[in-house]
Amino acid sequence: MRSDLECIQRWIKPNSRVLDLGCGDGIFLDYLNKDRGVQGYGLEINPQDIAQCVERGVNVIEQDLDKGLHNFSDKSFDTVVMTQALQAVHYPDQILDEMLRVGSECIITFPNFGHWRCRGYLGWRGRMPVSKFMPYTWYNTPNIHFCTFKDFEALCFQKNLHILDRLVVDQTHQGHWLSKFSPNLFGEIAIYHLTR
Amino acid sequence: MPESIPEGSVGLVEPQSIDFNQTLQLLSGRSLTSFTLVYETYGTLNADHSNAVLICHALSGHHHAAGYHSMDDKKPGWWDSAIGPGKAIDTNRFFVVSLNNLGGCHGSSGPTSIDPKTGQPYGPDFPMVTVQDWVNSQAMLADQLGIEQWAAVVGGSLGGMQALQWSISYPERLRHALVIASAPRLSAQNIGFNEVARQAIMTDESFHNGHYQQQETIPRRGLKLARMIGHITYLSDDSMRQKFGRELRSSKLKFGYEVDFEVESYLRYQGQTFSEAFDANSYLLMTKALDYFDPARECNDDLATALQPAQCKFMLVSFTTDWRFAPERSREIVNALLEARKEVCYLEVDAPQGHDAFLMPIPRYIEAFSAYMNRVANEVCN
Repeated sequence: MRSDLECIQRWIKPNSRVLDLGCGDGIFLDYLNKDRGVQGYGLEINPQDIAQCVERGVNVIEQDLDKGLHNFSDKSFDTVVMTQALQAVHYPDQILDEMLRVGSECIITFPNFGHWRCRGYLGWRGRMPVSKFMPYTWYNTPNIHFCTFKDFEALCFQKNLHILDRLVVDQTHQGHWLSKFSPNLFGEIAIYHLTR
Repeated sequence: MPESIPEGSVGLVEPQSIDFNQTLQLLSGRSLTSFTLVYETYGTLNADHSNAVLICHALSGHHHAAGYHSMDDKKPGWWDSAIGPGKAIDTNRFFVVSLNNLGGCHGSSGPTSIDPKTGQPYGPDFPMVTVQDWVNSQAMLADQLGIEQWAAVVGGSLGGMQALQWSISYPERLRHALVIASAPRLSAQNIGFNEVARQAIMTDESFHNGHYQQQETIPRRGLKLARMIGHITYLSDDSMRQKFGRELRSSKLKFGYEVDFEVESYLRYQGQTFSEAFDANSYLLMTKALDYFDPARECNDDLATALQPAQCKFMLVSFTTDWRFAPERSREIVNALLEARKEVCYLEVDAPQGHDAFLMPIPRYIEAFSAYMNRVANEVCN
C-alpha cells in the first residue's frame, strides 16, 4: 500500500462508512473493506482507474468532484477521504465544506508548495517547480490550486475546523525531525484529519 | 449468412419452450390461467446451479440473444456482442438464459397466440402485462429450470428495468443486477414518443381496433411509422450525421416527397423490415409496460425506499450521447442506491452511438462489463 495511505488508515474506525474522493484504482478501499470491514464508495473519473476498481470489486461511482457531492446526504459517512486531489479540484474550499457535510470527519492529503525545494525552484530559477513528485509543467498540470501547509491551516482556522491530527512527511511518507521542527519548510506532503 | 461460425459465438442454438398450467396473477387485476414462455440457453448449468445469468430483453427484443438459428441466418442474436465464450458474459463460465417476455410475438404467449378460452387469437384482448408481471413469470421459469438464485440478472433499456425490478421483487434470488442504459421510470418526453408510436399504429386503417388478424390484414404502415420514430430516438444526432450526413440517394433533388436523402431511405427500410417481423398489439403492449414502470410510485416517489429491499450488488452503465435514457436517468438510480446504502458501481461511457450503444462492442464498456462479470464468475464458480 502507498505509504500515505498506510499513515491514514489508522484514523479510520473498523466497520465504519467511508467515501473516498478520487479513489484511483480502489486499492485503499479494497484494503479497508477486506481488513477493516469498512463499507464504502469511491468516486473517480479516470476510466482506467474505474475499470480497476470494478475488477477489484470496489464500489466505484463515476463522478466529477467539481460538480459537488449533492447526491450524498448529510453525515451519511463516518469519514470522507481525499488523497492528493485537493490541488486538482476547482473549488478546494467548497469541497472541504462538502466533505464535512457528508462525513463526520475527513482526511486530506496534499503536496506542500511551501517546501524548501519548491521555494528554491521558484526563488532561484524563477520557474514553476517541476519534480519527480510533481512532474507536470504549468500548462498541462491537473494541479490547479497549490497551497502551502500554512495556507491550508489558515483556511481551516477561517472555517472553524477542528484539526484532530496532522502529519507532515516527505515523498517516501516518512516523518522527519526537520519537518516536525518546521513543517511548512520541510514537509513535502501534508496529511490532515479534520472535523467540524 | 455465416459461412462458418465466428470465434466467440455460442454457435447454433435452438429455442425451447415451457408451458405453464398455473395461474399468473397480473398487476392489472387480470390473470393468465396458462401461458407459454420461449427461451434459449447458452453454456452449462453447474452442479450447484449457481452460475445462471438471466438476460432481459428490451422493447422489441426476444429470446434469441446470441448465436445463430441456422447457417442461413443473416445476423446473430441481438446481444451477440456480449454473450459467448470469452465474451463479457462468458458462456464457458455462465449458464445464460434469455427469454421472450409475455405479450411478445416470438413464441411466448402474447396477442398472436391462441386464447384457450375462445380458441381464437387473443389479439387486443391479451391482458396488459407490466415489468413486475414479467419478472414474476421469469421467476416461474427459474423455478422450472432449477435456478434458485441468479448469479446476475442483466438487461439494457427496458431489460435494465426488469433487472431493477428483480432486485425489488425477489431480493434473495439474484446476487447481481446489471442495469445498462436504463431509467427508473420514463420521462414525459419518453411517454410522448411512445404515444406517437401507438397513435401511428392505432390510426392505421388496417388496425381494426386490434382485431386485424381476423380481418387477415396487418397495420404495417402504422408499425413502420412507429419504428421509424423509435429508431430516431435510439441513435444520436452525431451517429446519424456520421452514418448518413445529408447524402442523397441520387445525384439530383427530386422536388417531391419520394426519398431524397439516405437517412430517409434507411428509416423506411428499418420501419418496413420491422413491420414484417413484429406484431402491432405486442408493440402497443410493450410500450405501455415501459410507460407504467415506476417502482418508486408505491413509495411516495421515493426510489431509495423502493430499492430498500434489494440485497444484490449493482452495476450501472450509461452512455454520454444516449438521449432516450440519458446518463442523468441512470444517475437517479445510482443516487437512490447510494441513499439506500446498497453496493453499486457506476460507469458513464463516452460513446457517440446514442441509446443503441449498449448493444455495441465499445471497448471501455465491454472491458468494464467483462471485469464485472469476471468478478461475478469468480464468486459463483469456485
